[in-house]
Amino acid sequence: MTPSNRPLSPHLLNYRYPLLVLMSGTHRATGVVLSIGTLLLTYWIAAAAYGPESFDRASRLLGSPIGYLVLFGFSFSLFYHLANGVRHLLWDIGWGFELPVARKSGAVMVAVTLACTVVTWIAALSH
Amino acid sequence: MVEFALPANSKVQPGKTHKAPPGAKRVRTFKVYRYDPDSGANPRLDSFEIDLDDCGPMVLDALLKIKDEVDQTVTFRRSCREGICGSCAMNIDGSNTLACLKPIEDIKGDVKIYPLPHMPVVKDLVPDLTVPYAQFASIKPWIQTESPPPPDRERLQSVEDRAKLDGMWECILCFCCSTSCPSYWWNGDARYLGPAILLQAARWIHDSRDEYTGERLDFLEDPFKLYRCHTIMNCTATCPKGLNPAKAIASIKAKLVERRF
Repeated sequence: MTPSNRPLSPHLLNYRYPLLVLMSGTHRATGVVLSIGTLLLTYWIAAAAYGPESFDRASRLLGSPIGYLVLFGFSFSLFYHLANGVRHLLWDIGWGFELPVARKSGAVMVAVTLACTVVTWIAALSH
Repeated sequence: MVEFALPANSKVQPGKTHKAPPGAKRVRTFKVYRYDPDSGANPRLDSFEIDLDDCGPMVLDALLKIKDEVDQTVTFRRSCREGICGSCAMNIDGSNTLACLKPIEDIKGDVKIYPLPHMPVVKDLVPDLTVPYAQFASIKPWIQTESPPPPDRERLQSVEDRAKLDGMWECILCFCCSTSCPSYWWNGDARYLGPAILLQAARWIHDSRDEYTGERLDFLEDPFKLYRCHTIMNCTATCPKGLNPAKAIASIKAKLVERRF
């Protein structure tokens, strides 16, 4: 048996991740959503530059129920990535690595994300 | 690279079941990852029913009982049975820890025991640690100096300077942290050093007696060796010694920024 034939031990799907770690995974996932969402934003702005007809079409598309769902996901991702980004900045200056502190800062980050998302949508829908 | 599925030769098959002796009252099932390099067959998951009334309290006690009384071919590393040698590091109940420090009572349901994640398996619960050991050697984990030592005594260190090493010298190199790190998994070609080795690198960078701090930082200033750490924090969450590799890594990153000014 050569070493290269050795099996690889189970990893990703065989691990019980603490919430702390799942939050980190969500940070990356929201980053991916933001990249795709920015394309959507670009499409909307480009449509405005192209003319009233194309802008109407883009607005109708984004104003549909599915469009709202996508925008909701985009706004949530934006606030999550922003709030957790601030958490990363605090880590970068060496603050908050102790497990109880990191768990608490995670809870605060999720609370800020939810609050910002809800306030944004209340403001958006009341217009 | 990110890979969700295991390679074909690594997929785990159902294994044998060893029943508890008749009359056993407090029975727990231990599901143990088995791989026999001589047969060449895929790894399998064997079940061992153990009477907890006739077994020590720790997961290592159960493994030793299985090896002594049920199946002598079950293979794992162990030595001190008190959390100071780092030999019995494995994935128990979905987390990396030392079998000797993990009480069976802390686990609900079946006790699932796998080797440390994303490592080549030599046999059963024994992973091949060649790569992390080579990475350890690469950071030169010994004191390096230009100035000669005092002729009549050791190199002295103030109490404050010595205290900077607390939380780092205690590492026993069990590699629970490195093998719990998704970034270490996806950079398995040894380019990312991983939390255990970076904690050791920090231990020498922060040592007031070491005179090669600059060279050590030069070595680590690299997109892969150090900066594949994305503060996922699984290392700190899993460390059976309660150490904080994530914090140590951040301290190296901070040193690299500080020396630019």
